[in-house]
Amino acid sequence: MIEATAIPKLPRGVRLHHDAARDGWTVLGPERVIETDPIGAEILQRCDGVRTLAAIVDDLAATFSADRAMVEADVVRFLADLAEKRMLELRPAGAPAAGGGASVP
Amino acid sequence: MSTVPPPIGLLAELTHRCPLKCPYCSNPLELERRSVELDTETWKRVFSEAAALGVLQVHLSGGEPTARRDIVEITRHCAEVGLYSNLITSAVGVDRAKLDALAEAGLDHVQLSVQAADATVADKVAGLAGAHAKKLAFARAVAAIGLPLTVNAVIHRANIHAIPEMIELTLELGARRLEIAHVQYYGWAFKNRAALMPLKDDVLAAMAVVEEARARLKGTLVIDAVTPDYYARFPKACVGGWGRRSLNVTPSGRVLPCHAAETIPHLEFWSVTEHSLADIWNYGPAFQAFRGTEWMPEPCRSCERKEIDWGGCRCQALAFTGDAAATDPACHRSPMHAELLAIAEADARSDADYAYRGYGAPVPA
Repeated sequence: MIEATAIPKLPRGVRLHHDAARDGWTVLGPERVIETDPIGAEILQRCDGVRTLAAIVDDLAATFSADRAMVEADVVRFLADLAEKRMLELRPAGAPAAGGGASVP
Repeated sequence: MSTVPPPIGLLAELTHRCPLKCPYCSNPLELERRSVELDTETWKRVFSEAAALGVLQVHLSGGEPTARRDIVEITRHCAEVGLYSNLITSAVGVDRAKLDALAEAGLDHVQLSVQAADATVADKVAGLAGAHAKKLAFARAVAAIGLPLTVNAVIHRANIHAIPEMIELTLELGARRLEIAHVQYYGWAFKNRAALMPLKDDVLAAMAVVEEARARLKGTLVIDAVTPDYYARFPKACVGGWGRRSLNVTPSGRVLPCHAAETIPHLEFWSVTEHSLADIWNYGPAFQAFRGTEWMPEPCRSCERKEIDWGGCRCQALAFTGDAAATDPACHRSPMHAELLAIAEADARSDADYAYRGYGAPVPA
């Protein structure tokens, strides 16, 4: 589960890439190449480290005139899968944005 | 003319120079010398061609890739042409300034080799005193910068019992991923089989440890495990299938379907100094030799798994049977399977010193 107030962001070392040779979108991360469809690309393009999950879902539902509950389920499933693979950061609402990386002295 | 689907990954062996001497090194026994290394401009052209061909990820490797003075320039070029860059390094010889420069140049990811959980064993395996401590310091620097870190732990007899400790160390170092990479027996590892091969029971126990840790650490640490197929029933899909997903460029520019392919006689390898990467991938004789399923003998040809494991490993088939086109003996359907297993079990009960990786003839055990 992802809180509606959580702020998703691709961490350093993970990027959304348009694969010209295969004419599609991929998410590139450490030893992972995950093909994604245009919807996945639309979701990730909105994960700017500022917008909450709720705001992203609102925007997608409005942009694509789709049922909000269904959009939310799809988005949560998609993002939760990436988070489990350490390919997405979910900052809880109110937590400060990380500057560098892990909290190593 | 129809072409094959493009590769996803390119392993760039920028140099065979390395400060370590690991007895399982995936470089060939005959290491390429500095005098034959490709120059900077050629590597940049190769990476540009790779990006145009459809390669998505480049693994900057070696030897030790940071032994090259142009490693920052090369990394910057990969970023400029849109390739995801992964630095595969021993950490030895990489000071903070160089790491900062690589990060600033656009490096996406760092993979660090860790030979064991404790320094004594680790330094003995690597053949370099002080290596382990340097790796720990380097890992902390990677985490401080914020680059993602993968720890690559090659597993063999000397460290197979320390996997829990290696997992703990990986967590401490702030890595996002851990690769538990059981040794694959080609080249140097094949030479050192008697010193490296673990017992089957230890391999099974290790797999259970990894499964438990993977479940427990879900969302915290990604653990990928390359399991050894010599104790299995079916072979692995080596490199994702011959000429399907990846290609390997040697320091002198020869392009290989896999890092051990030069052991196979009668294969013709093209060089980036004479051909474009696209031509090599699509038309190179070495790539065509075992691509797809047409080359397969029985029982592979009729096997329901032929497009799952793509016939397993040609280099392993060559090493154990003398015939690169033979059924991979790791498969229980191979007539040589029992013999492979017997050899593995005999090696596992042997005792031998490491023939350390280096230039010139390997030191006899």
